[in-house]
Amino acid sequence: MLKLAIERLGNRTLQGVGRIGFAVRFFVAIMLHSGTAFRRFGLTIREMYFSGVQSLIIILVSGLFVGMVLGLQGYETLQTYGSEEALGILVAMSLVRELGPVVAALLFASRAGSAITAEIGLMKATEQLSAMEMMAVDPIARVVAPRFWAGVISMPLLAALFSAMGIFGGYLVGVQLIGVDEGAFWSQMQSAVDFEQDILNGVIKSVVFGIAITTIALFEGYDAPPTAEGVSGATTRTVVTSSLAVLALDFVLTAFMFRGLS
Amino acid sequence: MQHDNLVEIEGVAFDYGARPVLKGINLTAKRGQVIAIMGSSGCGKTTLLRLIGGQIKPSQGTVRVAGESLGELNQAGLYRLRRKMGMLFQFGALFTDMSVFDNVAFQLREHSDLPEDALRDMVLMKLHAVGLRGASHLMPAELSGGMARRVALARAIALDPQLVMYDEPFAGLDPISLGVTGNLIRRLTDTLGLTSILVTHDVQESLKIVDYVYFVSEGVIVAEGTADDIRASDLPYVHQFVHGEAEGPVTFHYPAAPYVEDLRLGGQSA
Repeated sequence: MLKLAIERLGNRTLQGVGRIGFAVRFFVAIMLHSGTAFRRFGLTIREMYFSGVQSLIIILVSGLFVGMVLGLQGYETLQTYGSEEALGILVAMSLVRELGPVVAALLFASRAGSAITAEIGLMKATEQLSAMEMMAVDPIARVVAPRFWAGVISMPLLAALFSAMGIFGGYLVGVQLIGVDEGAFWSQMQSAVDFEQDILNGVIKSVVFGIAITTIALFEGYDAPPTAEGVSGATTRTVVTSSLAVLALDFVLTAFMFRGLS
Repeated sequence: MQHDNLVEIEGVAFDYGARPVLKGINLTAKRGQVIAIMGSSGCGKTTLLRLIGGQIKPSQGTVRVAGESLGELNQAGLYRLRRKMGMLFQFGALFTDMSVFDNVAFQLREHSDLPEDALRDMVLMKLHAVGLRGASHLMPAELSGGMARRVALARAIALDPQLVMYDEPFAGLDPISLGVTGNLIRRLTDTLGLTSILVTHDVQESLKIVDYVYFVSEGVIVAEGTADDIRASDLPYVHQFVHGEAEGPVTFHYPAAPYVEDLRLGGQSA
């Protein structure tokens, strides 16, 4: 009984480590075969449409609502200390530093990541990737790499749009609805938000999240067993793994970027 | 240097982990011939095609295509050789996000810099050869199984390959599509000077069009010969296969414990 449990644990561990190894090799292969994705940038643009542009609705609407909630909650707390003019700072800071990159990444993982995994997994199951290989076209270069770069490029743009919509939402609720002074809202935000410390770090975060999500999504699809069950399992794993990866990476990045800042 | 044999397989063995699939296969395909590899499902026929295409490597033996040994080629060499091959997958494996036209144009666009109007003419010629010029604007989801396979065939011959491989070209087709596909394979082989290798278990349909047949069973070639040789063969396995008999060397039942024991009737009656 105990022996069996230990064997199973060992087996699981070996499989897990093996998969990580495969994933790293897969990532290196994407890097090595990225030439086509840039030489024929049309391929990448097409994928940016599918993963980026088609995620716009969910990103924009979510951003608006998150910002509106921030406006409401922020105002309630700030007015206790009589500093409701700082609402602009609160909304903008939380969005560009954290919520923009993180929430946009979580939405991107479930909207675009799952679609990428399902598409690649089904292409594999229906032998389309095999057919491509037999036509002397490398599927990593032709199919995988353009999707990777499309995700990496789209992610910071989506995060920026999320933050912009969020700030607009905060403005709607804080200034238009509740009546915080408009001049104070914008000017305090402008003087407090630092381009390098806040915005650039947020962009770096979202690029890292983009790399993590697309790599996980592509790998799960490419590695999926070629059956209906296999593809559905892989799609679920993409959403779960990449969401957890985003949250964990966010903690690490935040610890490095913002520790010791006032 | 033109070799008389386009494909030469010598002493090839292959296994998936501990399970041996092929054990010492010898097979040649002469230029201009239609070769059939037959055998029951799961006997390693498709594996053999994948070996010829270089998608997997044999654990023993050599596979030579157009005089080049696949085992000695690197990826670039393999890809260069694959431009001389076309493959028709069992269910077509068309790219579902592209129209029929774009599917056939795929290789031309990837491997050449042809101007778009020359490319258009070439694609329409290939589609005309399979009778689907009028369907060029359709998406794969709008095609029937037989049509999808013909589009895949047009795609497979897009670069004028020397060798075309067909994985179960007859599976799941209605009688009309069956005849059409068979004739198409023969006609394209003759008019384009191809060599065709088809993997199939449809005996009657393929015996009408092939020049030479190999029978694979349990990882070895158990019989070979022309279509007439095969029809006249009195080898038990071949006879059973050609005539579709339930009893013979291949049994209907998967190996199991005795029936009575398995149903636990023995215990009750005792």
